[in-house]
Amino acid sequence: MIVAVFGIFLLTLLVVTAIAIVRSSDLFSAVMLSGIFSLLMAANFFVLDAADVALTEAAVGAGVATVLLLGALALLPTDERQGNRHVGLAALTMAANITVIIYATHDVPPLGDPAAPAQQHVAAWYLAHTPELIDIPNVVTAVLASFRGYDTIGEVFVILIAGIGVLFVLSGGRDQLLPKRPEPTLNTALKHHLIPQVVGRLMIPFIILFGLYTQFHGEYGPGGGFQAGALVAAGLVLYSLIEGEQAALELTPPNLLFGLALGGALLYGAVGVIAMLLGGTFLDYSVLLSDPIAGQHLGIIVIELGVGLSVTGVMLTIYHAFASRVS
Amino acid sequence: MEILGHYHYWVFAVLLMIGFYALVAKQNLFKKMLGLSILQSAVFLLYITMAEREGGTAPIIQPGVADQLYSNPLPQVLILTAIVVGISTMALGLAIVVRIREEYGTIEDDEIRRMDRRP
Repeated sequence: MIVAVFGIFLLTLLVVTAIAIVRSSDLFSAVMLSGIFSLLMAANFFVLDAADVALTEAAVGAGVATVLLLGALALLPTDERQGNRHVGLAALTMAANITVIIYATHDVPPLGDPAAPAQQHVAAWYLAHTPELIDIPNVVTAVLASFRGYDTIGEVFVILIAGIGVLFVLSGGRDQLLPKRPEPTLNTALKHHLIPQVVGRLMIPFIILFGLYTQFHGEYGPGGGFQAGALVAAGLVLYSLIEGEQAALELTPPNLLFGLALGGALLYGAVGVIAMLLGGTFLDYSVLLSDPIAGQHLGIIVIELGVGLSVTGVMLTIYHAFASRVS
Repeated sequence: MEILGHYHYWVFAVLLMIGFYALVAKQNLFKKMLGLSILQSAVFLLYITMAEREGGTAPIIQPGVADQLYSNPLPQVLILTAIVVGISTMALGLAIVVRIREEYGTIEDDEIRRMDRRP
């Protein structure tokens, strides 16, 4: 009961925050509000028993997305010009749409209904057969990495292509694709601000350690390559904000980051091809070792590593593509 | 409580339309991207709401615990990957907005269109 009331409170806050994002004419505060929106959304996912999704939303939505939005905003005017046309017509249409969707929800089974169609079909099969076929506790990781491995390899390549797309678009008018190392300047980020320096330096090792824990504990608890990649990227972005763009690019050169992104995706694909060479089907990990369940474990650990490397590489490549343009 | 069983779906409807409003009624391209991400979050909420099960817990099987109900893992997998894909595609959109600003000097939709019409 208390959880239900808390959930309703969080959802109401979400709507209030969303309205504030749309209404605020200062784009900087809109970005900050969207960070709060993501954090509320993560809390909501947690209340709805989706621990893995909550961790992803907190790391990606509230962490990396806010930094990327700020990186883009640094290159854009921060004030929105007032005076939009057709506001009344748009608001009226949206109100009508909301009414229609709410009317339609009367046919939807209420929250948590065990007889709902979404709870039948394959969901019950995954929960019943994961212990005997894969034998790892986290069913979300089992479905992500093994049962629906095709889906996940597609997602990893979409992320890689989006990263390449950002590099292409932002390299317009310049002769090279990857960002150049900037010249050493006096304006080195937060180097002369004491409190961010001390607090940030203290936090970076713990963020990266937690990222690694999430990576290698993803089979047993909430976590996996996607969350770990975002967390490690967030730690390195913090390093870049504190020490300046030049120091960050010396630590992790653009070539290395792009290599990680590409290498991670190819590592995932290579596992699938090796399974084929060993006589199985693409991404069938059971043939990797003589014991099918041990093979599944090996396959899941390797492809999660590929996902983690790829996500870290792409997120940092995108961040540096924006950040190196600011100077 | 019967009415509150659909509250999540109502919030989905409202968030979806708030995001869509920003997408169509706002002239500022950066604001449009924020609206797109609200619209996207609304869809994530819809999926995760459908995965919830009364009396269930997160789908991590505990050894030695029998008869425990779990929420549906499949929508959670779909949304987990969709969140990461969402941020990558948003970054691509932002990169295009940054390039538009460099070429046109503005990110207001109507001003850009006015410049395009001029020969």
